[in-house]
Amino acid sequence: MTVTSAPGQANTPTGAAKFSVRELDFYYGDFHALTGITIDVAENAVTAFIGPSGCGKSTFLRCLNRMNDLIPGARIDGEIMLDGADIYGQGVDPVDLRRRVGMIFQQPNPFPMSIYDNVAFGPRLHGIKKKDELDQIVEQALVRANLWKEVRDIMDRGGLTLSGGQQQRLCIARVLAVQPDVLLMDEPCSAIDPTSVQKVEDLMAELKSSVTVIIVTHNMQQAARVSDETAFFLQEMQGKPSELIEFGRTAEIFTSPHDRRTEDYITGRFG
Amino acid sequence: MSKRWANRIALGVLWLCGLTTVVVLGAVIVYVFVRGIGQITPEFVFTKPQGVNAEGGIGPTIVATIYVTGLSMLITTPIAVLAAVYLAEYAVQGKLVNAIRFAADTLAGVPSIVMGLFGFAFFVDAIGLGFSVLSGALALSFLTLPIIMRATEEAIRAVPRFIRWGSYGLGASKWQTVSKIVLPAALPRILTGIILAMGRAVGETAVVIFTMGQAVYMPITPLDSGRSMTVHLYTLAMEGINMDAAYGTALLLMAMILFFNLSTRWLAARNRRLKG
Repeated sequence: MTVTSAPGQANTPTGAAKFSVRELDFYYGDFHALTGITIDVAENAVTAFIGPSGCGKSTFLRCLNRMNDLIPGARIDGEIMLDGADIYGQGVDPVDLRRRVGMIFQQPNPFPMSIYDNVAFGPRLHGIKKKDELDQIVEQALVRANLWKEVRDIMDRGGLTLSGGQQQRLCIARVLAVQPDVLLMDEPCSAIDPTSVQKVEDLMAELKSSVTVIIVTHNMQQAARVSDETAFFLQEMQGKPSELIEFGRTAEIFTSPHDRRTEDYITGRFG
Repeated sequence: MSKRWANRIALGVLWLCGLTTVVVLGAVIVYVFVRGIGQITPEFVFTKPQGVNAEGGIGPTIVATIYVTGLSMLITTPIAVLAAVYLAEYAVQGKLVNAIRFAADTLAGVPSIVMGLFGFAFFVDAIGLGFSVLSGALALSFLTLPIIMRATEEAIRAVPRFIRWGSYGLGASKWQTVSKIVLPAALPRILTGIILAMGRAVGETAVVIFTMGQAVYMPITPLDSGRSMTVHLYTLAMEGINMDAAYGTALLLMAMILFFNLSTRWLAARNRRLKG
């Protein structure tokens, strides 16, 4: 257990910190979206970001692999360290960062190409060309994403012909194929059917032995089921930046939250 | 007047208007078909004109039409597609980009005879390419460039954002995302734009008469003059020397354009199937 003495008193109840974020502020142009975020995200665990709509949890997630760089006018203050190195530091190429910090989106987004080519896309991008090597990576990634059995005989079929839940697992396989350290999941289950939700949740539990998983979710039951730690975000007033209200072990957050606002949210008094 | 009657009358008027467009189109096709079909023989399609260029076949004009259209597409397509990629993906959206778009739309609206005149002054005369397939192709490019460019831009914009994110999320650079994901996804719609532009080029008369000339022999090099089917049709009809051959030419021309339009529908259908 690590207890940091940095401002904001972030603590990491389990394991070593993968991400260490200090006093992060985020702006979209003139709009101040996040303020004073300080958090240590544990390695090889599942961390859930919860909070009502518009509380900045997805925005924060997208700071962690610099996807916000794609938005004109986006700007951060503060520090985000991944394995001790500043990801916004000089000489850091966001393209390399995103290979290490993979991302799954709310809407399953297979590319309009075959299942095989979807999974092989990342490895090919990074220079792997040999057929047998690619075959092996693709199979491994699909096995890890619990999709291999369903698609092994239809690898040439279009990725978009799969069901929504299968598409989401295909997207997970596609990310796993580039061997990321971290998997960011932005409401990965909100657009898929309940059976697939179950499969994706099981998957998170299996993956965390090798990958640090961070999931943004609207669904508190899901956060309680899948995560080891939970962070609660809130925008207290319209027009004011969102803050990290409470962060701790999931069991603790859900049974005995320290902050009144966390308790109100979890018991369904708002949001 | 009761609601029921208002409804019936409205329906009747709408139906009549719909019917009018179908009847007009049908009448043109049927008339040209009936007048022209008797002309369509292998000899007409493959041999060269005889006598005062009104008898015999129209082979060289078909070749000239395909030649000038194909060459024009080779020139236009890369420029139009790359310009559209720049506009849609790279350029900072603002006044300059809007000005380029406005220029393209205006270019698309310039009367083709003005384009022909410009093509004559610039390519034929000033640059000295003479009446040639190359001059014709370059002048036609002015006409087809905006069509392909705008179609490509729309096609690129229609590729969903979250598909791009998927690619960026895997550590793809901008160019890798554009070339490997966005353009392939947009390809069917880009091809549709190219084919529509080809239809436009094949049917163009004013531009080519000013730039490619009217020589009826088979064009071999791009610097040869040639007579397009449309120009041949114009001559046959205006001089009233062989109306039957004019209708035969018109029928072949329509068949070519119909073929292009059907190809775009086929592409669209195939695209839907691929996406499941």
